[in-house]
Amino acid sequence: MCVGVPAKVLSVSEYSAEVDVMGTKMNVGTIFVPEVVIDDYVIVHAGQAMKIVDEEYALLSIEEWRKLVDARDN
Amino acid sequence: MQEIIDYPSNPELAKKLLVKLLALSERYIDKYGRRPVIMEVCGSHTMALARTGLKSILKDHVNLISGPGCPVCVTDQISIDAMIELTEGENRIICSFGDMMRVPGTKRSLMESKTAGKDIRVIYSPLDSVTIAEENPDKEVVFLGIGFETTIPILAATLKTADERNVKNFSMWVTTKLVEPILRTLLDSKKVTIDGFLLPGHVSIVLGKNSYNFLVEEYNVPGVISGFESVEMISGLYKLIEMLMIDDIHIINDHKKIVTDEGNVYAQRLMQQYLEPVDEAWRGIGVIKNSGLDIKKEYEHLNAKKRFNITVGEPRKTKCRCGEVISGLISPNECSLFAKSCHPINPIGPCMVSTEGSCAAYYQYMRED
Amino acid sequence: MSEKISLAHGDGGELAHKLIQDVFVNAFRHFEQSKLDSAILSCDADKIAISTDTFVVSPIFYPGGNIGKLAVAGTVNDIAVSGAVPHYLTSGFIIEEGFLLKDLIEIVESMATEAKKAGVSIIAGDTKVVEAGSADGIYINTTGFGSIKKDRIDPDKMQAGDSIIISGTLGDHGIAILAARGELGIKTELKSDCASLNYMIDAVLKTSDKVRIMRDPTRGGLATTLVEICEDFHVSMEIREEDIPVKREVHGACDILGYEPIYLANEGKIIFIVAKSDEQKVLDTIRDFTEGVDAKIIGEITDVGSSKLFLRTELGTTRRLNRLSGILLPRIC
Repeated sequence: MCVGVPAKVLSVSEYSAEVDVMGTKMNVGTIFVPEVVIDDYVIVHAGQAMKIVDEEYALLSIEEWRKLVDARDN
Repeated sequence: MQEIIDYPSNPELAKKLLVKLLALSERYIDKYGRRPVIMEVCGSHTMALARTGLKSILKDHVNLISGPGCPVCVTDQISIDAMIELTEGENRIICSFGDMMRVPGTKRSLMESKTAGKDIRVIYSPLDSVTIAEENPDKEVVFLGIGFETTIPILAATLKTADERNVKNFSMWVTTKLVEPILRTLLDSKKVTIDGFLLPGHVSIVLGKNSYNFLVEEYNVPGVISGFESVEMISGLYKLIEMLMIDDIHIINDHKKIVTDEGNVYAQRLMQQYLEPVDEAWRGIGVIKNSGLDIKKEYEHLNAKKRFNITVGEPRKTKCRCGEVISGLISPNECSLFAKSCHPINPIGPCMVSTEGSCAAYYQYMRED
Repeated sequence: MSEKISLAHGDGGELAHKLIQDVFVNAFRHFEQSKLDSAILSCDADKIAISTDTFVVSPIFYPGGNIGKLAVAGTVNDIAVSGAVPHYLTSGFIIEEGFLLKDLIEIVESMATEAKKAGVSIIAGDTKVVEAGSADGIYINTTGFGSIKKDRIDPDKMQAGDSIIISGTLGDHGIAILAARGELGIKTELKSDCASLNYMIDAVLKTSDKVRIMRDPTRGGLATTLVEICEDFHVSMEIREEDIPVKREVHGACDILGYEPIYLANEGKIIFIVAKSDEQKVLDTIRDFTEGVDAKIIGEITDVGSSKLFLRTELGTTRRLNRLSGILLPRIC
């Protein structure tokens, strides 16, 4: 059961964090992302945060899609 | 950052990219005389492609075939029957992911056992089952641990928690599957032509991009790791077909914002600590060597297979063709049972009842009649 | 009075009489009717609309309401969508032994408040108490009576081009209930949209005489309700994903739980199908009400004769929508 939308980290405890997905809050485990901090976005699966979203790459993807749209077909 | 998060669901962008993808696919068809055959490995991709309507709109341009991406669907009937047999014991609480509840067993499903009075609980987070064990010390609590590599580390974490908290009445029945062995098996069998793979966005968080290099090095088949929004899937398919057009075969990580080259090392370490490779039986395919993980001997006190003596008979024979669906050999609507005697209320096989099942996706999103 | 409901409260004796007087009659104020075995009413309409519903929602108290408020609003709405003016309700209670009296009082007072808001009277009722374990707290049945002085809706006139309007955001009740159950580990600020909408419906029917049909999308959600209309009246429809109003929180919760907003229950929303010529004035009328501020035109009838519901996705593709099937949803109505 994968959650598609990244969840924003509101608070961090020793092995868990409270996260917000577009206004719905839940607690998740953080053993797989021990370096997580408040305001990070994480991907959640089965009650665990599995990865911190890399903002730089998120921006790069958007750039790539824009370029793809504008590229001439060859 | 919120705007960046929301951006991929931008429909305008998706529509524009879709036009590009359709044009590129047409050039492929002109060049090779047929549609490119892409297998989406992950059940979440099957669902997303169907729900967004992408699968339908691409049908004359890209041959998208569903793969073995649903852990419940690929589990063979004997393993399913064994897990359901666990419910027969007294003083037990069986905890399971929601997906397992209505999977048909030879005798009955977990849901039917629950209706008959057995204590069976649907769990979203496996760690909750350890808490349930602590709260019910007079009962044996068993968690049915199924999943691919996105879930397996979480099963390992659950074992770790139970071990460290010394919860004696907890055990797990582990029936897991690995992505690499099944991809190899599908490619080795050559029963289906696969030009490229749309690789799973979330399993790859754990595995990392490098774990797919074998596809290129040993099979010369490209793969793109992709997310689940329309834009992301369209982009992933575009890059796959582009590679095929110029015959420049790679693994592309198109989901870099959450997938790295090496994957999640914490997850990998935890899996290695508690679990080891075992042979697993795959529905419709048979046993594949080292295609699953099970609990290591030093932790066998947590292994439900060692704690309980479960025997099951021959599974009941049905006309279910889930095994062929997950191998990409047939499309769900080609099964004679589809939408007739087999539908979500009365499923004959797991593919119709799982939230990631190909037949369920087809039934919910692509039925015409 | 004791703090908890016991079997004696339901046996017709001293304690039962006291309960009825002190809790039910005190709240519903039906002093005259409660003296007889039946409530005697007169009605000056040719047609009467009757609807009954039993409410088993869990949890009993949830953000935005409780089972009592729901029991009144749900039946009021069922009467009103048939084109009738609701007047009276009956209420039957099955209470589990051990239920807290203060909870019962709160529920009954909510019913009285909601009935007053909707302009209906609760004029008859029944109370039974069952052994602990035989019911989950409390179940309530309400039966509603409304009058139809003249026909104001005509489903047989449905035709291609008719507009489909939803009075507000979808899935609020479904998610509020699921979160309130606590089993799923999610917390949300969402409240149930539970509300009596008879005044809104009346205003719409005064604005337009070309309303074809109205329905409240409760269990099964918008999609299931529209499929039923398609099948019952042999029409086909198309609704547009980008126009369907859904709160951000509901999207987020659905993403976590794996649900779709168009299949979630609503208890304070109405679907209106109306001639295209009247769509704007009907929309404006709905939006005048607090419960209707987010109303939108979401689609149209595409043809008569076949019975299919289609969704136009944001991507511009079309897919067939079927009834809610096979998804395990706990008791939410």
